[in-house]
Amino acid sequence: MNTSSSLDASPRDRVTGTPFTRGLGILVLVGMVLLIVLGLFVSPADVNQGESVRIMYAHVPGAWLAYLAFIVTAVSSAAYLWNRTRSLTWDRIAGASAEVGVLFMGISLITGSLWGRITWGTYWTWDARLTTTAFLFVTYIGYLAVRGLGGTHQQRARRSAVLALLAVLEIPLVHFSVELWNTLHQEASVAGRGTNVDMDGLMLFTLFLGVVVFTLMYVWLVLHRQRSLALDDMLDDSGLDNALTARRAEAERMTH
Amino acid sequence: MSNSLKGSLPKNSSTVIATARLIAAKDLRVELRSRVLLNQVLPFALIVMVMFAFALDSDAVLERVAPGLVWLATLFSVLVMVSRSFAVETADGALDQLRSAGVPAMGIFIGKMLALMVQLMVLVALLVGAAVVLYRASFSWEGGVLLVTTAIAATCGLAAVGTLYGGLAAGAKGRETLLPLLLLPVVAPVLIGATRATESAFGTNGIAISEGWPWLGLLAVFAVLFSVAGAVAFGPLLDD
Repeated sequence: MNTSSSLDASPRDRVTGTPFTRGLGILVLVGMVLLIVLGLFVSPADVNQGESVRIMYAHVPGAWLAYLAFIVTAVSSAAYLWNRTRSLTWDRIAGASAEVGVLFMGISLITGSLWGRITWGTYWTWDARLTTTAFLFVTYIGYLAVRGLGGTHQQRARRSAVLALLAVLEIPLVHFSVELWNTLHQEASVAGRGTNVDMDGLMLFTLFLGVVVFTLMYVWLVLHRQRSLALDDMLDDSGLDNALTARRAEAERMTH
Repeated sequence: MSNSLKGSLPKNSSTVIATARLIAAKDLRVELRSRVLLNQVLPFALIVMVMFAFALDSDAVLERVAPGLVWLATLFSVLVMVSRSFAVETADGALDQLRSAGVPAMGIFIGKMLALMVQLMVLVALLVGAAVVLYRASFSWEGGVLLVTTAIAATCGLAAVGTLYGGLAAGAKGRETLLPLLLLPVVAPVLIGATRATESAFGTNGIAISEGWPWLGLLAVFAVLFSVAGAVAFGPLLDD
């Protein structure tokens, strides 16, 4: 595929890495190794939960990251709609962040239900936080599907920005109504959430390290993904340009 | 492009209301002449109610879950009705024509929402009737008042969200399959609120009628929030 002719970007713009992201990537790798060693081997087992507490070091940072990602999506969607320039960069950041968010929400749902199976004896409870998380997950899968609907880049950006802001409206409502629904049903309350208070120092440090490493990883992923989305858009545009040039050349051949 | 459309944004509320009335009347007239709701959606909702009975296979269980089934069948039908509502607009590029004619987007939203709400009320009335006949549901005069209020609040919320998300997906390929995924998570609060209110209206499990009224608060908040959000967001959504 010959796209270089109409891409008015230097080759340097066509890679997603920069010295900064490379440094960040190395930092994430080192941190992840440290997190695995601390989380799986060095930190002690919990008095009540036993070895299953180690799931927490992936589950809590994963959930935190997903929420952070969705907040970033909402904020950059608002920035897209707010700025008169209608900069697609905001749209791509929103999209990249949502993708990473969905991935990590999936991870945190799976690890959470595995932990629940061991600790509570059930994969799932109708706790408001859990249910809202599941709704968030589905909502952002829908968001990503809307991004893939087609149309122009601006159309995609506008649709998905409105949708991301609607999700901000939807999620508190869902959470609130599930809470109301729960109080009526008198479901078993979630035990073990409060045990974090008297946590061992090393466990707390490992959890903290997990949050930091996952956050850095999020930044790394979003930076790369955002740039690769920009390249996708460029490829789309150049495809049209190339087709136009080809047709023009054809027309010129016909007339001569 | 967007600058020229800025001029078409509603300057006074009377044009919005006039537009809304025209659009709503148009949608209802289309329904009266095509009878899609009557001949297709209502029978679909009824067969869903009958299928629930097959799946649950017990009169006692059916009686207990009747309120939830009424609203679940409503939600399924909403998906079909929203698709229909926007198929009418996009078939001949009608929505584009309306936009280029400078018709205020807010008026289009309110009009389509009102038309959808009227049709939903008919649907809910039929489904409550079906619950009485098929699931042995019954309600007193007082329960009836609660039921009607619930139906108004719930259909208002459903119509607002349906129109908003219908407009969002309008004209895009694959919207029929996308709409349920987008719409169902959003309307979960309506399902919860309307089901609880209907439970107390039916007196299911001996729940008192007075316990149903607080749920209307949830339905009202939902309806107001999404009506306002829809009226505001519909313009940017259609603005090309």
